[in-house]
Amino acid sequence: MTLAYYPGCSLKGTSREFEESFLAVTRALRIEMTEIDDWSCCGASSAHPISRDLGVALPARNLALAAEQGADEVVAPCAACYNRLATAQHELGADADLAARMPGILGHSLPPALHIHNVVDLLAAYAPRIEELVAARVDPPLLAGLRVAAYYGCLLVRPNEVTGFDDAEQPATMETVISAAGASPVAWNMAVECCGGAFSISRTQSVVRLGRRIVADARAHGAQAIAVACPLCHTNLDLRQAAMTARGEEPLPALFITDLVGLAIGLSPGELGLARHFVDTEPLLASLAAEAEATATAAAAQESS
Amino acid sequence: MTNQSGAMSRSDAVVRLLAETRSAAARCYQCGKCSAGCPMVSEMTLPPHDIMRLTAHGRFAEVLSADSLWLCLTCETCSERCPTGTDPAAIIDALREAAVLDGRREVPRSIAAFHRSFLDQVRLTGRLYEAGFFAEYKLRSRALLDDIGNAPGLVRRGKLHPLPHRLHGIGEVRAIFERCGVRASDLSGAGHAPAADDAGGAPGGGDPGGGAEGGHA
Amino acid sequence: MARIGVFVCHCGENIGRTVDCAAVAETLAGHPGVAHAEDYKYMCSDPGQALIKRAIIDKRLTGVVVAACSPHMHEKTFRRAASQAGLNPFMCEMANIREHCSWIHEDRDAATAKAIDTARTIVEKVKHNEPLQTIHIPVTKRALVIGGGIAGIQAALDIADGGHEVVLVEKDPSIGGHMAQLSETFPTLDCSQCILTPRMVEAYQHPNIKLMTWSEVEAVDGYIGNFTVTVRKKARSVDADVCNGCGDCLAACPNRRTPSEFDAGLGTRSAIYVPFPQAVPNTPVIDRANCGRFKAIAKGIKKEVCGKCAEACLKGAIDFTQQDELVTEEVGAIVVATGYQLYSIGRAQPEGLTGYGEYGYGEIPDVIDGLQFERLASASGPTAGELRRPSDGKVPQTVVFVHCVGSRDPEKGMAYCSKICCMYNAKHAMLYRHKVHDGRAVLFYMDVRAAGKGYDEFTRRAVEEDGAEYLRGRVSRLYRDGDVIKVVGYDTLAHEPVEIDADMVVLATAIRPQPGIKQLAQTLSVSYDEHGFINEAHPKLRPVETNTAGVYVAGACQAPRDIPDSVAMASAAAAKVLGLFSVAELEREPAVAAVNETTCVGCLTCQRVCPYGAVEAKEIRDRDGNVVRTVASINPGVCQGCGTCQAVCMSKSIELATFTDAEMYSEIEALAFWP
Repeated sequence: MTLAYYPGCSLKGTSREFEESFLAVTRALRIEMTEIDDWSCCGASSAHPISRDLGVALPARNLALAAEQGADEVVAPCAACYNRLATAQHELGADADLAARMPGILGHSLPPALHIHNVVDLLAAYAPRIEELVAARVDPPLLAGLRVAAYYGCLLVRPNEVTGFDDAEQPATMETVISAAGASPVAWNMAVECCGGAFSISRTQSVVRLGRRIVADARAHGAQAIAVACPLCHTNLDLRQAAMTARGEEPLPALFITDLVGLAIGLSPGELGLARHFVDTEPLLASLAAEAEATATAAAAQESS
Repeated sequence: MTNQSGAMSRSDAVVRLLAETRSAAARCYQCGKCSAGCPMVSEMTLPPHDIMRLTAHGRFAEVLSADSLWLCLTCETCSERCPTGTDPAAIIDALREAAVLDGRREVPRSIAAFHRSFLDQVRLTGRLYEAGFFAEYKLRSRALLDDIGNAPGLVRRGKLHPLPHRLHGIGEVRAIFERCGVRASDLSGAGHAPAADDAGGAPGGGDPGGGAEGGHA
Repeated sequence: MARIGVFVCHCGENIGRTVDCAAVAETLAGHPGVAHAEDYKYMCSDPGQALIKRAIIDKRLTGVVVAACSPHMHEKTFRRAASQAGLNPFMCEMANIREHCSWIHEDRDAATAKAIDTARTIVEKVKHNEPLQTIHIPVTKRALVIGGGIAGIQAALDIADGGHEVVLVEKDPSIGGHMAQLSETFPTLDCSQCILTPRMVEAYQHPNIKLMTWSEVEAVDGYIGNFTVTVRKKARSVDADVCNGCGDCLAACPNRRTPSEFDAGLGTRSAIYVPFPQAVPNTPVIDRANCGRFKAIAKGIKKEVCGKCAEACLKGAIDFTQQDELVTEEVGAIVVATGYQLYSIGRAQPEGLTGYGEYGYGEIPDVIDGLQFERLASASGPTAGELRRPSDGKVPQTVVFVHCVGSRDPEKGMAYCSKICCMYNAKHAMLYRHKVHDGRAVLFYMDVRAAGKGYDEFTRRAVEEDGAEYLRGRVSRLYRDGDVIKVVGYDTLAHEPVEIDADMVVLATAIRPQPGIKQLAQTLSVSYDEHGFINEAHPKLRPVETNTAGVYVAGACQAPRDIPDSVAMASAAAAKVLGLFSVAELEREPAVAAVNETTCVGCLTCQRVCPYGAVEAKEIRDRDGNVVRTVASINPGVCQGCGTCQAVCMSKSIELATFTDAEMYSEIEALAFWP
């Protein structure tokens, strides 16, 4: 297999820490991939509502480039990009008329069907290696006991016929990754509810209304952090969290799933770009470190006695 | 209709899109499960099941001017749970496309500004040049001061690149826009409603013009 | 020399509109061997039949071809007419120029040409037809009823009261079916058990009914009037002849934690059990999967474990060594009345169905189904009729009832309406409000379908007198939030989102046929629909017959049915059985296969492919009694005339009467060689 990497626009800008963390983790897991040369925007959020053809053509150009550059698999860490790439490929497979006019629109021949990955299913496939690295590094793991709410949102899981996620209503793939990283996924209710996605800028109050339910539910079910795999979700739950939180409530860090894996396998907060998050991750990191140290000290004391 | 070259094919495209959409909506049996699960329904003038009903009955004047089309997040909850397989999210996408081709101007201003600015930046640079996007969005939405407090934070965290990336295949991307018939003028001038339509949180908020024409009082 | 008469029917406008019938008759008149040809508006009418009879006599016809509708429709009619005019009925055939021609074509010239071709092929066939005689078969005047729910009980009682013996087979330890589980019944709110148990006892005591509970039909051979049925009597581990039903064994059983099937999993029972106190027969069964002694045996432990029930039994009725027993019954008719099961919303689903992730896949405590609610409301149920929710025994103050769960949901695999849920939801809301006066009963529905005598009035009573709150809309999601269940819906009439904190949610889950129905249907050679419901022979005119003669259907195994419908169907099926038993012998068409024993090489491929088991090996002996060779032999009573054996016979030794090779080839030649 040859894996192509499609970063998408957010990972080069407002969510650059996602790229930092994704690249650091894939490097540590020895996942080989090559960034698609001269990739362009997938059109997420704005192309498909205006024109179906444009909504398919923009991602299809990138699939064509990936195939021309020798890839048979693509990973798009951004859930919106992933969804657009997968949707385009699905629609081209299902609509012969669309497939027939697409080469003329693209100026490229139609790419063969590629295996399109999101960051969650990619990491889930490497769960055993994550577990190995966690075990090799520290005992007990840094994230032991950390209660995490796995937040999928919409674009990873829906429509299920396109994404093929394990379950549209009660997915568990991200939980597999969280467990592999040594943390504990919590059972909660808002895992696949929408955060408001692309309305972050144009309709901020809607996003705050939707995000508040998500953060509140995660908190009510004992989560200490929310794991996300989408820059849009992250922006809404991170940058907008201040507006969702009542006075006196502790903020709830929204971490990329790669952040959790990275911390678990010993990458530094700096390598993962944690300082770029708006919700301060320092208190959580400090308490994790303190707890790990306390456990280690206790273990050492037991050993020497 | 009009004599301007190309206009006929756009209106033909609208007719075709609406006919396809109408027959797709015929599967809907009005159970309301789409509206029940819709995260934006409390802000919509027409809930999703009403959009399906009016579409199935060919009442496009009401549908195409509804703010609800533009309040859809394409979260696909409706389509995932729809018992009849109607796929409201895809129908709403097609209705939006028809509304744009039809030159409708009832899109809530902030959302029109978002889509216009997004696509402009992609057409210009091949990628979403975020700094340019924010600047253009501010101008188009006339919400100059909204969110301005977050700008220093974004800059401090190194999240805003001052200059766009240079794409070799920019010509290809522009050609794609051209061939898909998406014009720079689409959505321009849309958003006749005052900035109050950005209130968002209030039920029934949004485009008052759409509300009047929505007609399910 | 053949003298064939051709009669072309206009079928009013049905054929005449597209086919030039006069031209068809005119062309056929010139066909070799045709002695007479004419067309007429309605050939099946009395004057039309008179035309045929007169022509047979006047023109001394040797064969008749009626070019009209499908033979399914009127072959019998025309053969009867031919026979009345003295012609062997099997010398009369139909050419289908309606379903195969006029209804599916528009071009008049082309359709007329096709009609001519069609008529011509049948004329060529009739030239090769042989006069045949109707087959007479005897009838065993004894019936089998499969399923001991209300439908099966009713059918058995009606047949037995008609003076014929009935074998009633029930797979569970007791008869009674789902009706025995219900608390009260719509639309009269009379107690279900009070009206059912007298029927159960009557069936048990009826001199003409042989009751076989804890038994299943294993194999069925034969044909209408002459079925041989093999029934597996599952080992009860209790000698039914000795047991007096005192119940001491139940009290002695140390395992009391097995979920009770009768209480829909809400209560528990012992390993040796009768499903409910009024069970018929009142003989316990040992559930070997949950009995300590049998579990030990299964594990290979030699020592005899437990045995408390046997110690407690003063009659010595417990028999751990009992084995399954195969019993053979000869019957002439079979009634299938196996009833229904409820769809489960869980993750694991049979092929073609999907679970309800949005409703938590059945993993939320206090989200129950309709039968569970019946048990909670029933005086004989696990809460003695007090409405308490399963998780913590709290009396629910808000109960949400959700209609159409699975039903009318093609995306989950079931497009059909389950028919009974609207009524039982209204009933549940009433029962709940009668028991919890200050409680809220909220019903999410799509339409209220209450077509039945007194039904709509009943649902209105739920609203007007008992305060049921009906909200129109499907529920999008159910999830547990602390002590409550969040019900996320939308009131499509008030146009507003609704979110209700419910203490308990009752799902009206779809009615599905029983597991194992497809296998049983295959055993009986009856067809079933995509969901497994048994197909009736005709959706309007033959509602209780199946496509296999002598096999009838009653109740919810055919489609979702309520009690009155099931009982009506059962009595209808019984009437059909009694009608069958009223004749001395049956007549059937001679369309059966026969083996030419001189050319048969005895490969017996035909025996392997015959779907009806009609082919046997037959030994040919010489004068001294030595076996010379083996050939195939076909039992004409069992043969259904499908022609499979004829198609596979390598030595061309099998001919199917009415479809012989000569007849078929002449049809093909007529198409190929006539212009």
